[in-house]
Amino acid sequence: MSERVRRQVMSTACIIGFFVLWELLCLMFHVSDIVLPRPSQVLATLWTRFPAIWPHALQTLYTTMVGFGFGIAIGILLGMLIGSSKLAYDVAYPMLVGFSSIPKVAVVPIFVLWFGAGTVPAILTAMIMCIFPIVVNVATGLAATEPELQDVMKTLRATKLEILWNVGLPRTMPYFFASLKVAATLAFVGTVISETVASNRGIGNLMMIASSSFDVPLVFAGLFILAALGVGLYIVFSLIEARVTGWAVRSDSFAAGG
Amino acid sequence: MNAPLAHPKPRAADNVIELEKVRVTFGTAKNAVTALAETSLRIDKGEFVALVGPSGCGKSTILKLVAGTLNATQGNVFVAGREIGAGAARIGMAFQNPTLLPWLNIRDNVMLPLKIVPPFKEAFGAKRKTEYRDRVEASLKQVGLGGFGDKFPWQLSGGMQQRASLCRALIHDPTLLLLDEPFGALDQFTREELWEIMQNLWIEKRPTVLLVTHDLKEAAYLASRICVMQARPGRIVDDSPVPFARPRTIDVSFEPDFVTLTQRLRQRIVAARAVQEIVS
Repeated sequence: MSERVRRQVMSTACIIGFFVLWELLCLMFHVSDIVLPRPSQVLATLWTRFPAIWPHALQTLYTTMVGFGFGIAIGILLGMLIGSSKLAYDVAYPMLVGFSSIPKVAVVPIFVLWFGAGTVPAILTAMIMCIFPIVVNVATGLAATEPELQDVMKTLRATKLEILWNVGLPRTMPYFFASLKVAATLAFVGTVISETVASNRGIGNLMMIASSSFDVPLVFAGLFILAALGVGLYIVFSLIEARVTGWAVRSDSFAAGG
Repeated sequence: MNAPLAHPKPRAADNVIELEKVRVTFGTAKNAVTALAETSLRIDKGEFVALVGPSGCGKSTILKLVAGTLNATQGNVFVAGREIGAGAARIGMAFQNPTLLPWLNIRDNVMLPLKIVPPFKEAFGAKRKTEYRDRVEASLKQVGLGGFGDKFPWQLSGGMQQRASLCRALIHDPTLLLLDEPFGALDQFTREELWEIMQNLWIEKRPTVLLVTHDLKEAAYLASRICVMQARPGRIVDDSPVPFARPRTIDVSFEPDFVTLTQRLRQRIVAARAVQEIVS
């Protein structure tokens, strides 16, 4: 336990140290806030202009969550489809890799063309950004399910659905949550890209406008918000993960609580 | 207590397991490997049959055929008078590894068959916290695991996991119990302890048991009939009854009759191997 506390303290110290160093370096070398604002300036901007920033932050969070939600749903379905049979895995994988290697920025103009600027292309971009890691991990998890565990179910004359529900999916959960943590941050990237290109709301749009008027502290304030949202989502999924997949790391707290 | 084995003449319906000229080959054409040469085997209701032999002799293949996880290349497999896969027989199986699901605690692991197998599954939602829970608890107590229901598999030793795995194989009162070397990976004392538990369970519930093992002593202690198998190609070369009275104790294994029997079977296997080496 003390080991864990010490690590947390060190981790916190590392983060605070980073900002302190940034602040000090800017002060020492008299860096203009048009080039690189100090963290204190960014925080001040966040504080004073909060009413203006708030709706944009909400818009970005909303868009990302909706895109992420769709991404999870489609990702799980596709992953189950691909992972449940060797044939599907071999057939669909090359196409999946092909899709995933398309830079998502390049897709945004197409979405704008189809759906107009605004929320919809942002949601779609967030969605396609996070589908791939989820599909790959869910499919891998299912494909990696030990045949012995499936045999246990087969001798009980379990149906395919029962095997999937009782063995396949629980077995896949650690893979799934690992992918969620990646996908959550990717979804933010997708949203912000789309907002930067074609939207009149959201943090991406806010940062575009701020940079074109050389309001650099506001640009950084946008970055801070994005980082905070990303970390927040990451923490939420880590907590759920520890609750659901503690068995995979043989955690004692899971054994006691579960 | 020699439980009444009062089956008159075995009728067709009494054949719990029937292999009819079954052959199993793996691979295709030139690379085909015969895992099991044409084999016929009949096991009556309530029998405890052990399949012994060296590794690669096809004993696990027979078990998989009966379990329905492997299809015969040729011939028919009947379980409870029906072709395999048609259902009807209630099968419990324990494997060489405990194969407990790591995300479930011991209680839920043992309860798994009740969730899958009819008629238990229909009432699973209603009874899982009451009747089924008591049933699992009683079963765990029987193998010396009382109070371990809340533990997770990784918190238990290998022997304890294997006990839980036996509970899982038996919890739904299977009419047919398949044991694939479930005691193989255990130390000798744990193994002998589990033999005794296994024997008591069999005497009490009288399922038909098919046990795969490479331990002759284990086979002679537990089984009422031993089939010796031989490798390349796998086939049954000897089929002997085991006449000792039950319940047997570990002392029985030191008596002359017991030793003679295991010696004879041992020689049967060794002789077969010697012939094979000359041939190949």
